[in-house]
Formats: sequence, C-alpha cells, structure tokens
Amino acid sequence: MLEIRDLHVSVAGTEILRGIDLTVPTGEVHAIMGPNGSGKSTLASTLAGKQEYEVTQGEVLFQGEDLLGLLPDKRALAGLFLAFQYPPELPGVRNRHFIKAALDALLEHRGEEALNARQFDKIYRAATKDIGMDTELTKRSVNEGFSGGEKKRNEMLQMAILDPALAILDETDSGLDIDALRLISEGINRRRSPKNATLLVTHYQRILGYIVPDKVHVLIDGRIVRSGGRELAEELEERGYDWLREPASEIPTA
Amino acid sequence: MATPNVISRTTSDLDSDYKYGFVTDIDADQAPKGLNEDIVRLISAKKDEPEFMLEWRLKAFRHWQTLDHEGPQWAKVDFPAIDYQDIRYYSSPFTDKPKPESLDEVDPELIEAFGKLGIPIEEQKRMTGVAVDAIFDSSSVATTYKKSLEEAGVIFCSVSEAVRTHPDLIKKYLGSIVPYSDNFYATLNSAVFSDGSFVYVPPGVRCPMELMTYFRINSEDTGQFERTLIIADKGSYVSYLEGCTAPMRKTHQLHAAVVELVALDDAEIKYSTLQNWYPGDKDGNGGVYNFVTKRGKALGKNSKISWTQVETGSAITWKYPSVILQGDNSTGEFYSVALVNNHQQADTGTKMTHIGKNTKSTIVAKGISAGQGESTYRGLVQIMPTAEGATNFTQCDSLLVGDKCGAHTVPYIDVRNPTARMEHEASTSKVSDDQLFYAMQRGISEEEAHYMIINGFCRGIFQELPFEFAMEAQQLLRVSLEGAVG
Repeated sequence: MLEIRDLHVSVAGTEILRGIDLTVPTGEVHAIMGPNGSGKSTLASTLAGKQEYEVTQGEVLFQGEDLLGLLPDKRALAGLFLAFQYPPELPGVRNRHFIKAALDALLEHRGEEALNARQFDKIYRAATKDIGMDTELTKRSVNEGFSGGEKKRNEMLQMAILDPALAILDETDSGLDIDALRLISEGINRRRSPKNATLLVTHYQRILGYIVPDKVHVLIDGRIVRSGGRELAEELEERGYDWLREPASEIPTA
Repeated sequence: MATPNVISRTTSDLDSDYKYGFVTDIDADQAPKGLNEDIVRLISAKKDEPEFMLEWRLKAFRHWQTLDHEGPQWAKVDFPAIDYQDIRYYSSPFTDKPKPESLDEVDPELIEAFGKLGIPIEEQKRMTGVAVDAIFDSSSVATTYKKSLEEAGVIFCSVSEAVRTHPDLIKKYLGSIVPYSDNFYATLNSAVFSDGSFVYVPPGVRCPMELMTYFRINSEDTGQFERTLIIADKGSYVSYLEGCTAPMRKTHQLHAAVVELVALDDAEIKYSTLQNWYPGDKDGNGGVYNFVTKRGKALGKNSKISWTQVETGSAITWKYPSVILQGDNSTGEFYSVALVNNHQQADTGTKMTHIGKNTKSTIVAKGISAGQGESTYRGLVQIMPTAEGATNFTQCDSLLVGDKCGAHTVPYIDVRNPTARMEHEASTSKVSDDQLFYAMQRGISEEEAHYMIINGFCRGIFQELPFEFAMEAQQLLRVSLEGAVG
C-alpha cells in the first residue's frame, strides 16, 4: 500500500525528517509513535501533500505509484486520507455539504455516478450515528464552534464516508475522553479490512489499548529508530522514549 | 425590422468570459447624443407625460446644470471625467408606439434576448411564480402576471405608465425619498429618467408573488437612468427582485438609477438585487459605471425595509441603499455581498438614519476582493435625538483573494441620543492555506475549494435572498471569480 524510501523533508530550510524508510502493506494497521517534535506530524502532512513541507530526498510509492508528484486533491482521490490533528474551520460551509462535495469528487474520479441527496443522506446519517456525533452538529459549518473532541469525530465521520485505501490519523486520540476514544477506536477497527491500511500517528500508547496494531514504529529526531510488534508500544509506555534516543554525538547537525 | 438570427456574441477583441455579453440587433428609437432642455422635453414627450412631470424634470435639469460635473469626489473610486454630452439619454426598442399592448406585439428578438438572460417573460415560463417587468434600454417591455396582481389590487407597471395612470401616487411619492436635488447622479436621473418599475401594494395585502425587474443596457453610448418607486401601504408586504446585465462594450456605459421605497404603518418591503452589469475586461477596459441612489423610508410605525444586494458586476459601483427609520419601532436592514475582480472598484454600503423611537437597524456587509479589485464599505449609522431606544448592529467582513487587491472599511457612527445601543464588528481575512489544504485533502480541487470557502463567507447574505436568486447569486460569484482562483 505505502512504501517510503529514504524520505528527507525540510520546513523553512530546517530538516525535520532525516531518512524515513517505512512500508505499510495492505491489510495492516501501523502505529507511529514518538515524543513531541520528533517529526510525526511532518510525516503525516508530507504524505498528504502540504505545501510548506519540502521533500529534499527520497520517494514515496502509494499503491505502486509515485505519490510525491501529485497535488493534495489528487492524492486524496487516489485513496489517501489524512485525519487532521487540528482540523481548520470553514465558516459558512455546511458540514454535510462539504462531505458530499468530497464524496462527489471521489465518485466522479472513479467514473461513478454521484449520489442524490437522499442516497447521501442515508449514508451520512448512518455514519454520524456510528461515530456518536450529534446530528445538530452536522448541520453546522465545518468544524466551526466544534470542541476538540467534536472535531476529531468529524474527521472520523469523513473517513467512514470516504472509505479511503489508506487512512493516516494524526494524533486523532489526543484530547479525547475515554468514551470518545472508545467510539473512535471502534470506528477505526470497523474499517479494518484486507483491502486497506491505516497509519496511526500517536504520542500515547493509550489508543493502542483499543486498536491492536500489526506494527509499531518509533520516530525520534526524524528517523525511525525501532520497529516492532504491539509489545514495543507497551515497552514505551513503561520506559518512555529516552532509552531509544541516539547518543548526542551521533546526531548529525543540520 | 432587422434580419433574423441576429442575436450575436460580441466581437473577439473582448474576452468572452462575460456570459451575458451579446448584443441584440433591433431598430431602436434613439435621441441624439447630448443633454439639454430639448432632450428633457423629448423624453417627456416620448413618454406622453403630464405637464407636472415635465416641470419636475426641468427643475432637476436646471439644478443639475448648476452642479460641478465632476460628480461626488469622496468615494474611493478612480475614473476619468465623464463627458455628459457624449451620452445618449433616450433609446427605445419601440419605433412607433411608446409601448406594446401585449406580448404578441413585442419583437420576438427582444423576447429571445430576455430568454437568453433566463428571464421568464414568455407565457409558459410564467409558472415560476415571478412577475417580471423587463426594462430593455429605456423602455419597459412586458409586465407579466399583470392580471393576477390586479386581482390582489397590486399595481406593478413601468413607471412611465404609472405617471399616466396613477399621477396622484406619483405626485405624492416620486422624489419624496430621494429629492431631485439629492446628489449629482440623482439629479441627472430626475431630469432624464427613462423607465423603471412602479409598485403599489394596497393596505393589508401580502403581494401574492415575488415581483421582479430585469434591466438590460443594449444600445451603445446609451446611459440607463431607470427610476423605481415602491409603495407598501399599511400592513402590506412585498418582495421585489432586480437583476441587471449589459453587453460587453469597449467604452464605459453610465447607469445612474434611483430607487425609492416607502413603507407605511406595519408594512414591509424586501428588496433584493443581483447586479451583474458588464465589469469590463481583465485589463479594465469598458464596463458599466453603476452610480445608483437607493433609499427607503420606513415611514409608518412597525414598518420594515430590507435591502439585500449581491454586487458582482460593473467597472465601478457607487451605491448606498439606505433606510430612513422614521416610524416608531421601524426596522431597516442591509445585507450585502460586493465582489471585485480584475480592475473593478466598488464603494458601497448603507446609511441608517434613526428618527423614530425603538428603531432597529442591521447591517451585514461582506466584501470580496480578488485580482486587482478595490472594495470599500462605507456606512453611516445616525441616531437622531428623537430616536429613543434605537439599536444598530453592524458587521463588516472583508475577504481577500490574492495579494494585489484591496479592502477598505469606512464606518461612520453618529449618535445623538444616549439611550442608543450600537454594536460594530469588523474582520478582514484571507482564504487561508490551511483551509484550502484541508478541502483539497478531501479530494476537492483548489478552484472548487476557493468557491466553497468564498460561498461560505457569503452564506449569511445568500440566505436573505429568495431561493432561486440565491442559486443564481452563487453562480454569479463563480463566474465573476474565474481566473482569480485555482
């Protein structure tokens, strides 16, 4: 599904990712863990095509095709979804309308017929119910006046409706209470299938109590320093990240 | 009559982005260029007007001659001086009689031209429930739905017809809200106004349908000076829509209209405008100068006047639909979207004059600037000493698209009664990269993402428009932004 080879990324001239190698096979859920500032969000945003993240070296294949040459909308249409850590507000753009526009674009891209309002409404209602989202909320503008938890749910709602081949979840678990975390985890587990893949970017091991990843990768200072199974996450929970840090002398200066 | 199939797109030296840029080739009855007393008399005679109307026109014309012909200079718009002797002040598509008796007598090309504009002028299109008065250059072409309106007692006709058929109402109200001496352009309009719509809604009547006027400038070098008067008698309600287009011309065309609204006790007038005059090409050549005076008087107690405008066209817009809140507990509203792209300039806003007790006004103005456009909101909220308990809420938001455009806000507040409550909010924002990235990450193209965000910015205003007009407004916004986004 996703193959990252020697990916280097700079933001405003500072190198953040310093040679990432990562393969996420179809049908798997991988977790990327790491302390604050390790480059987790940079990786997520780079994969989605955010402009200010400059790829200086390396390549990324998505379903066997070059990903980095595509604009963000084309990446999305190819099946890549990013659940934002901080979803922006779109004042005046109704949530329902926004998600329908996204789905319409996707269906058009696939050469399929657009859904009429009633068909869409059915899907939309079912998905909001699954995710435990207040239907009143979904009539509002995209993310406007949403609490942190509501914004996260809204990301999960979009993920459920757009059903992407690869979902990248950037700190989706942060700032959620236990009930919300459980609902969102259920949503992620529900989409698990041999046909898609999920990349969970997270700071805490907490969500991995609900979602069992196939692989855990530890990202520190822009590099994956260790990969392992579910037990690696538990070890991190006990020992923190410091034991995985490279000795200072080995960190090349940027 | 001219040869068939003559509705043609304009020549290739103008870009064809403007969808309404066709010229209709029909024989027109035109006055020579220039303005003098004879022209004023000619216009009045062509319209078969009673003496009082001619006298009023002449008074206005004589006053206009005393004015500085540079016009008002305080607006933030920039254009070369207009040569008022190089403009034609009368052009009518009817060569013989001043007005056709029925649709059958109207030149089919005219009807086709209006069809192209999407105006439901033909019989089969009357089902849409909108009564239309279509003004082509200077004359009113047809007023649909006349009969069912008559049954309700509503008078909806061209203003020239009203001058002949309802002189008492005209004498009483024409110029009562915007006097002929009001401002330079209003004075000019008073002297030479050609046509426009007249509406009278009798006491207690809720007008059974939306009334609509479509204005189109067709002849070259012709100014359009329509004059509209709407009177809502006690306890009545009327919703009135106006749309405007003009063909693409290399030269500038002058449009100086006056609109007067009067609402008596417990009456309500809702006035909606989609202004889509030709904006000029992307280098700023051609386009309509839209210098318009619109004012309503909420004369009676509990009366309400609401202006909603979507201004996307014209090279220059100079327009301040205002409300004089004279009746106690009266309400004035102004909802506006003004979009400028390329080299367009808009200086628009409103004036709310609170005179009566417990009067209430609401102003929501949204300015969108793209390309090298310059958009200014200019407003005055005035609370007179008599206006005990008056309230005003003002919100001015500007949205910038690109980095060569400008947005300006010039709000004046003049409070002379200590019980007044005033609220003013203003914001300036850009379509942010984060918003665009978010929408694009959902598979929405950059261009669509822009439209979506800009539409969202305007939503509060579009909600004030009747449904079909709101759809058209969204479409207009999209067409007007072409080339500026994506």
